[in-house]
Amino acid sequence: MKCKTIITELADYLDEALDPILRASIEEHLGKCKDCRIVVDTCKQTIEIFCNSEPAPLPQTTRLRLHEALAKRLRRVRA
Amino acid sequence: MSSSKLDPVARRPLPSQVVKDDESALVAAAKAGDISAFETLVGRYERKIFRLTQNITQNREDAEDAMQEAFLKAYEHLQSFEGNSRFYTWLVRIAVNQALMKLRKRRPNVVSLDEEVNTGEDMVPREVEDWGPSPADRYAQTELSEILTKVIGDLDPPFRIVFQLRDIEELSTEETAEALGLSVPAVKSRLLRARLKLRQTLNQYFRRGENK
Repeated sequence: MKCKTIITELADYLDEALDPILRASIEEHLGKCKDCRIVVDTCKQTIEIFCNSEPAPLPQTTRLRLHEALAKRLRRVRA
Repeated sequence: MSSSKLDPVARRPLPSQVVKDDESALVAAAKAGDISAFETLVGRYERKIFRLTQNITQNREDAEDAMQEAFLKAYEHLQSFEGNSRFYTWLVRIAVNQALMKLRKRRPNVVSLDEEVNTGEDMVPREVEDWGPSPADRYAQTELSEILTKVIGDLDPPFRIVFQLRDIEELSTEETAEALGLSVPAVKSRLLRARLKLRQTLNQYFRRGENK
């Protein structure tokens, strides 16, 4: 297996969406190729960092405007 | 690394997942006319929806408008939500549509989600450096948040939006494809490029020995 194949299959590998035979071939390659191992590991860390990041608090003015617009709409529905 | 086998991507349970059991009860109450139930849903998701619209539009005013319109549309069409997906996934799809409309209005000639994507040799990473364990812990929360906002903002829209839906909002590949009107292979190729590009850009912040 070539390093380029690891890159091509990287997304499915990280999403555990590969068939077991291809997955085993990739893992065999990763056992021997340090560069590919680092790329796979840092790509996995990239996803984790983003998906585990907290969204920033809503700016106060943004939150006020949102809730005012909602209140206005809800009042209209209730009327 | 002692083994070639990597653990699956470790995703922390999102607040929306932790409380998903009561999400359907809140939606049912809101559909029955309980306004405070809908307001609870808004309070639960407003930060995430604003980050989503901000990351897509890259413009604060557009992001605010898109978020507001998304919640208003969700309320307006609540009766048509049948519960085939999670409420949050449905809300994300509405917000994506609103944000894309804003983005296309501002940059009509730039945003094409379905143009051909090069999947050639340039995808093979140039910089291969280890990050060590927990690289994000080297930064304060605010600083990390600024870094992530900047690097995702530097991606071209087709890659940024697919990554946002698939890896941040955790929609499935199929849900992402449906939300954006793309094929599954198109989502996969954009996701791969986005992940590789983000990995490469984050390398400057997270490589081992980076002086923090």
